[in-house]
Amino acid sequence: MQSEAFIFDAVRTPRSKGKSSGALHEVKPVKLLGGLLNALEQRHDLDTAYVDDVVMGCTSPLGDQGSNVAKAAVINAGWDESVPGVQLDRFCASGLEAVNIAAAKVGSGQEDLMVAGGVESMSRVPMGSAGGAMFADVEYVFNNKSVPQGIGADLIATIEGWTREDVDAYAVESQKRAAHARDGGRFDRSVIPVKDENGFTILERDDFIKPGTDMQKLGALNASFEAIGGYGYDDMALSRYPQVAAIKHVHTPGNSSGIVDGASAVMIGSEKAGKDLGLTPRGRIVSTAVLATDPIIMLIGPGPAAKKALDKAGLTVNDVDLWEINEAFASVAMRYMKDLDIGHEVTNVNGGAIAMGHPLGATGAMLVSTMLDELERQDKKRAMISLCVGGGMGISTLIERV
Amino acid sequence: MGQFVYEKDADGVVTITIDLDGAVNTVGEEFLLGLEEVVTKLKADSDLQGVIFTSAKDTFVAGGDLEKLLAAETEEDVKELYDYVQSFKALQRDLEKLPVPVAAAINGSALGGGLELCLACNYRVAADRHDLRVGLPEVGLGLMPGAGGCVRMVYLLGVQGAMPYCIEGKQLRPQQAVDAGIIHKVVSADELLADAKAWVLGARGNKDLLTQPWDTKGYRVPGGISNAPKNLAMISGGTAMMFQKTRGLMPAPARILDVMVEAAGRLDFESALRYESRRFVGLPLLPETKNMIASLFFGLNKVNGGASRPKGVPKSKVKRVGILGAGMMGQGIAYCAAVAGIDVVLKDISLQAAEKGKAYTAKLFDKKVARGHKTEAEKEEILARITATDQKEPLEGCDLIIEAVFERIDIKDKVLAEHQELLAEGGIWASNTSTLPITRLSQSSNNAAKFIGMHFFSPVDKMPLLEIVVGEETSDETLARSFDFARQIKKTPIVVNDSVGFYTSRTFGSKLEEAAQLVAEGIEPMMVENLSRATGLPTGLLSLHDEVSLSLTRDVYETQVEMGLRDPKDDATPAAREFLHEMVGKHDRKGKAHGGGYFDYGSDGKRLWDGLSAWRKEGHAIPDQDVKDRIIFRAVIESLVVLEEGVLRSVADANIGSIMGIGAPVQTGGYLQYVNTYGVQRFKDRCDELAAAYGERFAPPAILQEHAADNRPFV
Repeated sequence: MQSEAFIFDAVRTPRSKGKSSGALHEVKPVKLLGGLLNALEQRHDLDTAYVDDVVMGCTSPLGDQGSNVAKAAVINAGWDESVPGVQLDRFCASGLEAVNIAAAKVGSGQEDLMVAGGVESMSRVPMGSAGGAMFADVEYVFNNKSVPQGIGADLIATIEGWTREDVDAYAVESQKRAAHARDGGRFDRSVIPVKDENGFTILERDDFIKPGTDMQKLGALNASFEAIGGYGYDDMALSRYPQVAAIKHVHTPGNSSGIVDGASAVMIGSEKAGKDLGLTPRGRIVSTAVLATDPIIMLIGPGPAAKKALDKAGLTVNDVDLWEINEAFASVAMRYMKDLDIGHEVTNVNGGAIAMGHPLGATGAMLVSTMLDELERQDKKRAMISLCVGGGMGISTLIERV
Repeated sequence: MGQFVYEKDADGVVTITIDLDGAVNTVGEEFLLGLEEVVTKLKADSDLQGVIFTSAKDTFVAGGDLEKLLAAETEEDVKELYDYVQSFKALQRDLEKLPVPVAAAINGSALGGGLELCLACNYRVAADRHDLRVGLPEVGLGLMPGAGGCVRMVYLLGVQGAMPYCIEGKQLRPQQAVDAGIIHKVVSADELLADAKAWVLGARGNKDLLTQPWDTKGYRVPGGISNAPKNLAMISGGTAMMFQKTRGLMPAPARILDVMVEAAGRLDFESALRYESRRFVGLPLLPETKNMIASLFFGLNKVNGGASRPKGVPKSKVKRVGILGAGMMGQGIAYCAAVAGIDVVLKDISLQAAEKGKAYTAKLFDKKVARGHKTEAEKEEILARITATDQKEPLEGCDLIIEAVFERIDIKDKVLAEHQELLAEGGIWASNTSTLPITRLSQSSNNAAKFIGMHFFSPVDKMPLLEIVVGEETSDETLARSFDFARQIKKTPIVVNDSVGFYTSRTFGSKLEEAAQLVAEGIEPMMVENLSRATGLPTGLLSLHDEVSLSLTRDVYETQVEMGLRDPKDDATPAAREFLHEMVGKHDRKGKAHGGGYFDYGSDGKRLWDGLSAWRKEGHAIPDQDVKDRIIFRAVIESLVVLEEGVLRSVADANIGSIMGIGAPVQTGGYLQYVNTYGVQRFKDRCDELAAAYGERFAPPAILQEHAADNRPFV
């Protein structure tokens, strides 16, 4: 890189159930983002005219979050008219992709200050609204054996020999860690309460976490993909995995990521931006990576992506203090730990999306704030952030404190 | 304390009669407590068969606690209001979820929160009363239907269907409300409760009838959801149309449309109700809302209630009015009087002219008959009250004669001399004039105590204002009786003492003069036209001046100078005077009716007259805000001076007079109320700034300095 890509701040909204009964349902996506933009502005007394671009991830960019939600949010937040905005979609990695693009643009010297993040109001624009060949094109689905990701998650568990108990146990731990972290104030620095126009708080903290979760409660849940697997998806997937006798369906709503609403924003800039605006960097982006693996099993990209990022940085697994893998499904996180040969004690130390939810386009950049806060709390140096991505892709970003 | 009377009959049907303290039931603290009590009782009643809501008053329930809304200042007040509407909504939901039918027997007008309560009932039946209205008039006071009105109306009628009622506040007569789909049925008043009960008994156990549309699975909002592709363009276009109507100056309509669009499928029902609350509760803090509530409700009630009417004079009624001059003003006055049940003698110099004046009333009624609002018989009845004549005799015995002849003192004097003897014993003579001094005119009268000025506005049948001008010798009794006459013909009377231009003409003139001054200084005329409109004035001031005619402004001024009423030395805007003089005298730019003024008028619309380039100074510009403020501040300062001089008797008269008579933007609340929400001190400071930059005419008058010193609003 020609210059460093510093992280000046990272914020997010709290997350709430992505249904009409969720606390954030009544909040428009532009407002979710707008609250974060205005928070960044206020926290840093930011001259918004300095911002070169705003990149926001969103996986269902239509309806209330269609037509470039990033630029709409920038205008609606009252930022300087010179600030552009772009929305991008790399499925579940969109938020982190936005961060990586910002890092690349700042690192290359093309830009000096960017805001990157994402938004997903899953209550207002339900998952799958965008359609697309992968989900709704007979020719494509038939030829490419395109199956829902949950089938892939169950296939991973089957191949690895992980039982329902194994994945549930992982989920119980995620809930425990998330509740502990939230209640201990570990997210307070980054979570910006969502307020209405009167200044009344709509949601202060994550409210999706279910602290009382135990094995018994999780055990009572039905497997989510058993029925649709039986319709034929299992056979489609297994046509590429002849070594597997049958897919064991172990994932349930209790050990998969929750459907929630939320948004995130990370301010990334050059040394010059820091000097010009008097901002102190909290960290920097060391390296980033994105790649793709088999699209059918779909969810095994994160481990290879993390390795790729390490290689680029000239570092090894031992150089990383904390690991964060998006808990799309329990088996994804477990496979990530196995691939990298790392323990749960350094991975997702504050829980993950199984407990707190996964607002698709926003999650990647949320994890930046989670890791930055935790590195500071533990006074550690480096953290790796990874997500599995539709189409078999994986993404990683290595950050370090400065 | 008032209450919700709870009576259960032998069939197990509970009738709840709303009977709160005061003349009308309003949605306030008492209302909520009463509703909460009966809903709790209903929920606990195990053999309940049905519920009927009705009212013990002449109206069902009309409106909310405006005093409280007007007083709202702090975040706590807003929170309290939020909790209030949310509680009201929760009770509405409780009613909707009762396992028995709930009917609203709408015995009188159900407006605002009253209609919102009815919308939470399964069945709405109204009494067939000519004065009964249903509607959501909140927007007219800068508010919005905040107790479920926006949301439920959208579910009932769709976004487009509900717009006239939610965004324009359109009120309906009972049958119109049935046709619109807002209520279910109209019956005669004495059948009302029986009908409601019959419906309730018939609907028991019928799940379809007991389930509100919004609680019905698979129910589709008429016109489809907001995110339907065919609706998306309509949403943006509808927003633009609303902006055009309000010039972006009214916050409430934009919030209402937003709530309606969100309610149509973007939010679930409960979230939509909550969202409606959030968008509603902040409105009372906005100056626009405060201004509208203060003036259009409280101010108007004060004016119509007789704040400026001398006390101790018994209420009177005019039985027979004579109108001299059947021109535009005379024929309009004749119409208003005849409709109010007064016998009218309409005289002009020829019978033909008088008949033409009478035909105006026939023409207005023809339209009403065509629309089905009136019958041919009603038209004939009204027309029979008007006697058109060119003779003096029919005027004999009129208890009021209104002279509405040409605006020249000699003509007015002549008409007075010829007719004053015809007045009944103790009768009143009124001169309709917008500019001539009443005291001077009264000197030709044989009884100046019975002489008064009545400044009607054109077109008289549409304009609600009457400016009553009290001459030096006009008696209190004459004033009181004139006031009563104004109310009799359903006008809103403001009372002013005799001064040049009274209140309205003088203030109106100051705006036109300031606009002319801006043009004379070399500001781009189109900027003056458009920025004056941007303040919320109904018409750009250059167009308006063209309508009024520049020559009239000049003539009136010159007459007043001739009469010694004005001294050119004191002219606040000599450049404007010079400019108007040249426009009229040198360039024959007299106004629209005379072939053009500021604008040329062609078949393809209007364009600025090229000759204005003689004044235009390229590159000479002042801040937009200064242009807007100069126009509004001139009118406000003029109003303050009029108040200071004692020409005005009340602040409310100024506010109502300016809105209803001379087009003050409604969101200002009138030209004195504007100072209150601007901030009295801040307004004074801005006057100082403008005075320093543009001249002494902007210097704060003494009365403003006094009020600023102890931060006292004008009330």
